[in-house]
Amino acid sequence: MTALTTNLPSMEASPFAPSESSTIDTKYKMIAENVTVSYGGIDAVKNVTMKFKEKSVTALIGPSGCGKTTFLRCLNRMHDMTKNAKVTGKVMIDDIDLYSKEIDPIYHRRKVGMVFQKPNPFPTMSIYDNVTAGLRLNGVRDKKILDEIVEDSLKMAYLWDEVKNDLKKSAIELSGGQQQRLCIARALAIQPEVLLMDEPASALDPIATQKIEETIIELKNDYTIIIVTHNMQQAIRVSDYTGFMYLGDLIEFRETKKLFTDPKDELTAKYVQGHFG
Amino acid sequence: MLFLHQKTVDKTNLNLKKRRVISDKVFKIGATVTGTYVLVIVVLIAFQLMSESYPIWEEEGLSFITKTDWNAVEDRESFGALPYILGTLTTSAIAMMIGVPLSIGIAMFISDAPPKIGAPLGFMVELLAAVPSVIYGLWGLFVFRTYFRDWFETPLHNAFGDNIWLFSGNPYGLDILTASVILAIMIIPTVSAVSREIMKAVPQQQKEAAYMLGATKWEMFKLAIFPYSKTGLIGASILGLGRAVGETMAVTMLIGNATGIGAIPSSLFGPSQTMSSIIANEFVEASPASIHMPALIGIGLILLLIAIVINVIAHLLVTRMLKIKEGAINN
Amino acid sequence: MNSIQDRRQEYRSLFKQNVAKRLLVDKAVRIIVFLCVIIAIIPLGSILVEVFKNGLTAISIEFLTETPGSAGSGEGGIGPAIQGTLIIIGLSSIIGVPIGVMSGIFLSEYGDNALARFVRFFNDVFMEFPSIILGIFAFLIIVLVLGHFSVWAGAFALSLIMFPIVARTTEESLKMVPMTYREAGTALGLKKWVITFRIVISAAKSGMVTGILLSVSRIGGETAPLIMTILGSSQFFSSMDTPMDALPLRIWRLSLLPYDSAQLQGWGAALVLIIIILGINLGIRYYFMNKKNGLIGQLIKQRRNATK
Repeated sequence: MTALTTNLPSMEASPFAPSESSTIDTKYKMIAENVTVSYGGIDAVKNVTMKFKEKSVTALIGPSGCGKTTFLRCLNRMHDMTKNAKVTGKVMIDDIDLYSKEIDPIYHRRKVGMVFQKPNPFPTMSIYDNVTAGLRLNGVRDKKILDEIVEDSLKMAYLWDEVKNDLKKSAIELSGGQQQRLCIARALAIQPEVLLMDEPASALDPIATQKIEETIIELKNDYTIIIVTHNMQQAIRVSDYTGFMYLGDLIEFRETKKLFTDPKDELTAKYVQGHFG
Repeated sequence: MLFLHQKTVDKTNLNLKKRRVISDKVFKIGATVTGTYVLVIVVLIAFQLMSESYPIWEEEGLSFITKTDWNAVEDRESFGALPYILGTLTTSAIAMMIGVPLSIGIAMFISDAPPKIGAPLGFMVELLAAVPSVIYGLWGLFVFRTYFRDWFETPLHNAFGDNIWLFSGNPYGLDILTASVILAIMIIPTVSAVSREIMKAVPQQQKEAAYMLGATKWEMFKLAIFPYSKTGLIGASILGLGRAVGETMAVTMLIGNATGIGAIPSSLFGPSQTMSSIIANEFVEASPASIHMPALIGIGLILLLIAIVINVIAHLLVTRMLKIKEGAINN
Repeated sequence: MNSIQDRRQEYRSLFKQNVAKRLLVDKAVRIIVFLCVIIAIIPLGSILVEVFKNGLTAISIEFLTETPGSAGSGEGGIGPAIQGTLIIIGLSSIIGVPIGVMSGIFLSEYGDNALARFVRFFNDVFMEFPSIILGIFAFLIIVLVLGHFSVWAGAFALSLIMFPIVARTTEESLKMVPMTYREAGTALGLKKWVITFRIVISAAKSGMVTGILLSVSRIGGETAPLIMTILGSSQFFSSMDTPMDALPLRIWRLSLLPYDSAQLQGWGAALVLIIIILGINLGIRYYFMNKKNGLIGQLIKQRRNATK
């Protein structure tokens, strides 16, 4: 534990962007700067800075309680809903700070979709209505356009073929894996640019998990994805970059392959070798 | 203990066991008997009401429910319960129409407000339930009624009295509307408290899903909370209806105390009578020799049946909704 | 790739620039629900203000201790009514509380069977019986049988209101006591009734007392069941077989008189009644919520320590 505070070589060696980035003017879709989250006096996330490249998948790993989910939820201001949570720092999407006083978060939550740990479709609505929920909030009423976007979103979530004949079916009649893909479709329907995923496959069986991972790899071509996972193999399978967090600090943040095969920090090494979970 | 002979220990244990079994059995029987006390009481009440009201059913038959006479004069006794049934249903329905939206609004506000504001305001709404009915009546009679009549009823009557029959009667302030408004205030604590429980039962993930889509707070209510808790909120409203139906004193003091045909609700500003208020007003005056008292008891029987049906329905709706929530959490 | 991006942009452009309007609607709703709260609280404030304002002018030692004077004279007081209320509350509690507590024990400690579910259901239904029906019932089985109005009838009627409330709050309080308490008692070889009374009830004491006090404050204000049981009176309590006065009855009867002086006395009586009832309610809140040794206080302390 003391090793943590005395030598943090990773903090200097890898700046807030993943080190060894290839091109100099790589576009960063989202930048989190000096983000600190505290609940009732305790800091759950301590001064984390990360830059997320466009059209990439970044995984956040770390033991339970390290703050990765808390950090993820800062990226679309979900903590506004939590009592006693205090967030400081900046989260920029395309040079606009989500936390600035001038803008209302609902403008920019449209740019950032989120998929949660347990599938949570709206139980009283059909598949179709679930996907269009966000669209209707934004005033889209044209049936033709809605149909188009529903098909488009469900296809991207790899769910279209399974449900296309019965879109009016209630959402809760789907299996767990299907519900989660429905939630992905619902998030994609509002045409976000960034997709946040909080352990999206942890409540699913292995086959469903595989489908979700395939979906993520496909979506990478169009979206910036940040995924929290406790499954290191999953991080290796789907992500380009990985950030390791421990007790609220960002310990190391590099290209996935390099972080797992040649971690710079002792703590990271211990974690990826399974010395603690 | 270690030095006692094993036989002695065994004997002591056996004795203790016997004693334990007997006194525990007595305790269990005592508790069970007391538990069933409520069953006995309910059966007794039903039986007493039915048997003591028998004379009026014998005399009028089922038409007691549909007649509108109310004559206690000795040779011309004739009683009908209809005006009072209508009075109860009308005042309770209006009370629901006013009270339920207010209660849901209150539940929305308090469930969302920061504790420093929400807790004291919630407490004050709860305090409304502690005020006795007779004091609501007193306040309604000497304070609310004059203002209500002069600032609300009379202008409405002057403006629309000729065209809309609802506003036709000349308002004196002791009428259906006044009684209904006070009833509405009285059911607010119950309906808002239950509504708040129902809304709290909506899983956090549902609300998060709505926020993720960029919903405002109101849109989150429309997307996540109301569809999910619809059944429960209806149950809460019906619970309020049940309260209103059983309310006696405040209504008695404010409804104008008409009897017979004159009590049939005709306009919001006309006097009327409810089942509970006619009993409160006339019970001690009725001579048990006539069928006046059986008539009143018969009205009590009808009131009881209506109250039971409403409350059972309400409970079913509310507990079904709360059970669904428990099931969802366990999944 | 480009066409996909273009399609996205196209879809995005369809989003109406309606955010400002949506925020406005949201704000309007916030104002409306706040107004709902205000509308509900205004009557409470008005009632308290009027009762205190008008009632205080009526209060005096004579008012609190004398019998009523002739109607409209403005003389006399509500002595019998205050005495009657205290008597009837006491008697009703003596009847209703033990029944309620034992029922609560039944439901909690022996409550895992069909009979208990039945009882619980009936208990809940019974709680919603209109109180005037309970008055009629007490009239029929006591007053009619005895041939005269009776304080027992009034106490019985009010006890019927009390016991379901006490049963439910007792059940809930007992259920809150962890099973480990009972298991410890059994391990010590104690009999079940000893465990229940000395261990479980001790732990659940605050909750139970709260429930009992709540039911007391509830019956203190009840009028309807008293109308046909104790009738009301202008005299102090004389015997269990004669009519007796009570504050809610007196308030009602005073309100029916056309005299201003009667109205004033009505406010005075209302003030006394409100003080008793609110006193019990507020007392419960502040005493039991803050009591350090009660179960509630302990739970609060535990929670505070956990977040440190």
